[in-house]
Amino acid sequence: MNRLRRTYPVRHGDFIHAGEASIHVKNTLKSLSYCPDLVRRVAICGYEAEMNLVMHGGDGVLTVVIAADEIRLEVADTGPGIENTELAMQEGYSTARDEYREMGFGAGMGLPNMKRNSDEITVDSSPGQGTAVTMVFSVGGRCP
Amino acid sequence: MRVSEMIERYGLKVEAGEGGLDREVRAGYCGDLLSEVIANAAAESVWITVQGHQNIVAVAILREFAAVVISSGNKPDKETMDKANAEGIPLLSWKGSAYELVGKLFSEGLG
Repeated sequence: MNRLRRTYPVRHGDFIHAGEASIHVKNTLKSLSYCPDLVRRVAICGYEAEMNLVMHGGDGVLTVVIAADEIRLEVADTGPGIENTELAMQEGYSTARDEYREMGFGAGMGLPNMKRNSDEITVDSSPGQGTAVTMVFSVGGRCP
Repeated sequence: MRVSEMIERYGLKVEAGEGGLDREVRAGYCGDLLSEVIANAAAESVWITVQGHQNIVAVAILREFAAVVISSGNKPDKETMDKANAEGIPLLSWKGSAYELVGKLFSEGLG
């Protein structure tokens, strides 16, 4: 199988289209008959990454690379960056505004969900330099 | 149980997404934190929440929920209804509390 690579723009503050990139990725993986559990994990991670861009990240892009042995999600933005990535990975830590919390976001579960549902995650960020998150999902032999 | 049967049995109101009323409901989940719901709810769930904004539709599509019930007398936004209609995701409303509806669903065997 050849590698398939798609890039989706994600805009800061665009709650109307938030999630559409992840839905497209999910539908693509499903149509290619990847395991439902893998599709579920990619969908969760994609959505969390998209919402991070919409709420915190500034404009950015979500890229999916689909191959026979692995799926990669690469999410990069030009936002303010993360001051302390170790702290940001902790469950419950959040810098979300109150209006986002009222919408059911900002519970400090985004990055922990991404870590839990991917096989590898790297977060590259520093204040003023934007954020790049890469998640890798191994494609196993048989569906669990 | 199909979404249409659930509507009839519990007196839920259809707000949008009528195209999906034939979906089968196989599980249930209750929560208002979207990250918690997307991570833990099972596919084909009915999701009970007080949230009525459009991002509930994206979560419902991503996790392949059977329907979303907006509880406690809350209503979906117009944009939410438009999105649900376009995607065929049933959006239902319930005047009572989430606790009350979950109790009824759970006691009838929906886990």
